[in-house]
Amino acid sequence: MLSNLGNSLLFLNAIFSFIIIYFSSKSIKSVGETIPSKIFKISLIQTSFVMSCFFTLVAAFIISDFSLVNVYENSHSEKPLFYKIAGTWGSHEGSLMLWIIILTIFSFLFLIKNKNHPKNYRLYTLIFQNIIILGFLFFILFNSNPFATVSPVPKEGLGLNPILQDPALVIHPPLLYIGFVGSSIYFSAAMASLVTDYSEKQFAYSIKNWVLVSWGFQSLGILIGSIWAYYELGWGGFWFWDPVENASLLPWFAMTALFHSVIVLEKRNQLYFWVITLCLMTFILSVTGTFLVRSGILNSVHTFASDPSRGVFILIFLSLMIFSSIYLLFKKYKTSNSFINSNSKETFVLINNWFMLFYLLTVLIGTLYPIITDALTNNKISVGPPFYNAVIFPVVAVFLFFMAIGPNTKWIKNKFNDIKNFLFFLASALVINFLIVFFFKSYTVISNLIIISSLFLIISTMFDLVKCFKNSNFDLARITSHLSFGFLVLFIGLNHNFSIEKDFNLKVGETISFDNYEIKLKRLSLKDFSNYKAVIGNLEVKNMKLGEVNILSPEIRIYDNPSTLTYEAAIKTNLIKDYYLTMSNIDRSEFYNIKFQKKPMMIWIWISVIMLSLGGFLRVFKNANNN
Amino acid sequence: MQTTIKILTLTFFLFIIGIFYLSLNKEKSYNTKSLVGKKLDKIILERFDGNDFLDVEELKKNDFTLINFWASWCGPCRLEHSTLMILNKTSKLKLVGINFKDKQVNAKNFLKELGNPYHFIAKDEYGKISINFGVYGIPESILINKELVILNKYIGPLKDEDYSQIIKTIN
Repeated sequence: MLSNLGNSLLFLNAIFSFIIIYFSSKSIKSVGETIPSKIFKISLIQTSFVMSCFFTLVAAFIISDFSLVNVYENSHSEKPLFYKIAGTWGSHEGSLMLWIIILTIFSFLFLIKNKNHPKNYRLYTLIFQNIIILGFLFFILFNSNPFATVSPVPKEGLGLNPILQDPALVIHPPLLYIGFVGSSIYFSAAMASLVTDYSEKQFAYSIKNWVLVSWGFQSLGILIGSIWAYYELGWGGFWFWDPVENASLLPWFAMTALFHSVIVLEKRNQLYFWVITLCLMTFILSVTGTFLVRSGILNSVHTFASDPSRGVFILIFLSLMIFSSIYLLFKKYKTSNSFINSNSKETFVLINNWFMLFYLLTVLIGTLYPIITDALTNNKISVGPPFYNAVIFPVVAVFLFFMAIGPNTKWIKNKFNDIKNFLFFLASALVINFLIVFFFKSYTVISNLIIISSLFLIISTMFDLVKCFKNSNFDLARITSHLSFGFLVLFIGLNHNFSIEKDFNLKVGETISFDNYEIKLKRLSLKDFSNYKAVIGNLEVKNMKLGEVNILSPEIRIYDNPSTLTYEAAIKTNLIKDYYLTMSNIDRSEFYNIKFQKKPMMIWIWISVIMLSLGGFLRVFKNANNN
Repeated sequence: MQTTIKILTLTFFLFIIGIFYLSLNKEKSYNTKSLVGKKLDKIILERFDGNDFLDVEELKKNDFTLINFWASWCGPCRLEHSTLMILNKTSKLKLVGINFKDKQVNAKNFLKELGNPYHFIAKDEYGKISINFGVYGIPESILINKELVILNKYIGPLKDEDYSQIIKTIN
């Protein structure tokens, strides 16, 4: 029943998209500046149908309707309700429903939110967006249908992979999707702007909030993914430079470059084609990421089931997008002879963009290189953290200095009056860094550079904050984001530099001591939970220098559906550090392998990223108020 | 200049899409089953408790050879050991054991306790030689004939049906 309902809704949505494209193209040819109300109505109906379709699938998961292959493969009747619902977007088919729903909602919102812009620009955006929607609807209907049925109906489902049964992973995909699927709307808008020659400042005005919203959500999505990796994977790190993580980082760099250069287009009417290129690039990178992940050509911690036919479909779609957009871009491209002074805010925004492109290219090469060598030479290699750390970190240090200086420059022509200030900031950064090295005794050239440059950024942005309070001339959004980025880099630097890691075997009752720590495996207990059994360790971690005692309880979990063994880390968080402890059993032995880590400043890394994206949202609110 | 940029951009994207297309049709999961029917590469094995070497080419003297990868720390190896002891008595079959990432003392004790079924034991302290045989976990056994062609691979401990299959193949 639900299968028929879902399929009919999908099919109707495809028809609505055709109708919208048809009416829009008819209306483009007609005179008059108003968009016929029927287009609004059909868009609204389309949006509500897409949502109903999504909720149909959610309903199938809630009532455990195993006649649907997708529910059968990803759910289980005894799973907690929360994870039943999350199972909806836990699978490939379900996540495509999330694609469609975001594409459609953004399409509708863009249509109704941009009343002050020319009719044809809005209609073309609607047409391009609906072509994308159609592409994905066809993909769902003919290749990855979440409403496909299985007969005879199985009595029980296969269950959701236990490592995905985590609150963080429930919200990770929706947040990330709002980010990179949301970038579709400025892809469509950029295409529409090229077609209609709508190249003024006004274009920047119409897309900037969309860029910021998608950027904010993308940042949060990446953050939640990292938090999940940290808490769930039991490795103690939060960023692996894993190809799938990189795939989410690539559009993020493009978005970051984009919302900086959009400011130049809005204020100075320059860089139009560059802004367009970034708009197109962001969504192309998002679809490329989807292709890499969904086709299964990457080997990574994200073990999505793979199926080459999916890959072929997305690849065809991706190629069409790439070639139509570069065709349009080249056709419309005009060289502008606007002059940009090398000492001006414009230049500093461009410098930001160069850095972003540098990071983007580095990560892109690191991600694609193994695929290229494998395809051409059959040689399997992997590009790991050493590459990224070596290439990216030294450059970050330089980047942060520009990030501190840039915002204080003036449009068109700048004069440096604050050299004294900057020297003072630099001196303070050096002193603080010296104190850190002196008291905590850990030194490498790169980490010192990182700490100095991030302190420089923090101090100078704080100074801006004080100045702003005095002049009541607030750019709180920028200050929040830049300040939190400075803190983010600083905390990552400190975390990297001052982490302690120790690996050892213990049996019950034994104690081990090293540095200032004494760790005792006091006892083990066995406990039954609704969907798993757990061996819970009770370990006492004593810091002898501070006389502080903590009890940590890592778990070994045995899940039934599907039957899997997972290791649950025990983490004690406080304001300055995390204790991170994992325990695993050793075959045929009474010993347990214990991995103990001390990770300074962990919680501040998360907070910095939240504040970073908050900056983006603050700017959106401010823009909305100014309208 | 503009034309050059156009051509370069186009070439770049065509290249990337081409690579993506090629990658789609690649076998992704590492599967050594496809090695069956292939000839063994030239590999030189170092004797477990001596300094002499065995070139796999020398295995051409045997009608059939079963190359078994084992270690004293590996539980399932213990399970299959009795099967190996019986196979040792088969006249047409010679057994080569490759001791995988093991300590020599432990390995010797293991054989002392359960018996030594092997005609030749090679050492592979760092697990590098085994990679050349396409091994990704032990125990694993490879049955080859006179021409050094791989007849079958047995992943995991040898089971009763594997035993019967080996006997059927060599007779």
